[in-house]
Amino acid sequence: MATTTGLESLVDQIISVITNDGRNIVGVLKGFDQATNIILDESHERVFSTKEGVQQHVLGLYIIRDDNIGVIGELDEELDASLDFSKLRAHPLKPVVH
Amino acid sequence: QLFFSYFKDLVGQEVTVELKNDLAIRGTLHSVDQYLNIKLENTRVVDQDKFPHMLSVRNCFIRGSVVRYVQLPPDGVDVDLLHDAARREARGA
Repeated sequence: MATTTGLESLVDQIISVITNDGRNIVGVLKGFDQATNIILDESHERVFSTKEGVQQHVLGLYIIRDDNIGVIGELDEELDASLDFSKLRAHPLKPVVH
Repeated sequence: QLFFSYFKDLVGQEVTVELKNDLAIRGTLHSVDQYLNIKLENTRVVDQDKFPHMLSVRNCFIRGSVVRYVQLPPDGVDVDLLHDAARREARGA
């Protein structure tokens, strides 16, 4: 439907969140509300750097406040499994500037 | 309200959303809401080498507040219609 972008379809799926401070957090979407605050389970942060491969910091159960959320992406597990994180090099994402 | 209606009419078109953190995501406009949050399908990041962060993401929800630009296909826009609608909206306000 074009008029409501619910996150319902993503509940219990693995999602990748890009936060406004430029972090990438991956986890299972457990809940959300009208303001798009979200609850993420089994979450871990993926830290990209230009010097070493991707690091993963395990976080556990997180609530991410809506005003810190930039993008919520549906992670394709097959695609994700095919990525070699030790080889990926990238600059960290920039923080959102209004 | 004008842009909400406008984006509803664009559903199904290929657009490129440029975000305030310089990330650019191309995809098909799936849906939009009153806050101009955008849901894109079949997404690919524009500069994949620079931004590998979303390589395994194919559908995404983009919060309206982080959008800098929405790049549209030039023939996907009826500029005159938009122009009239904007003029009417401005008069009403």
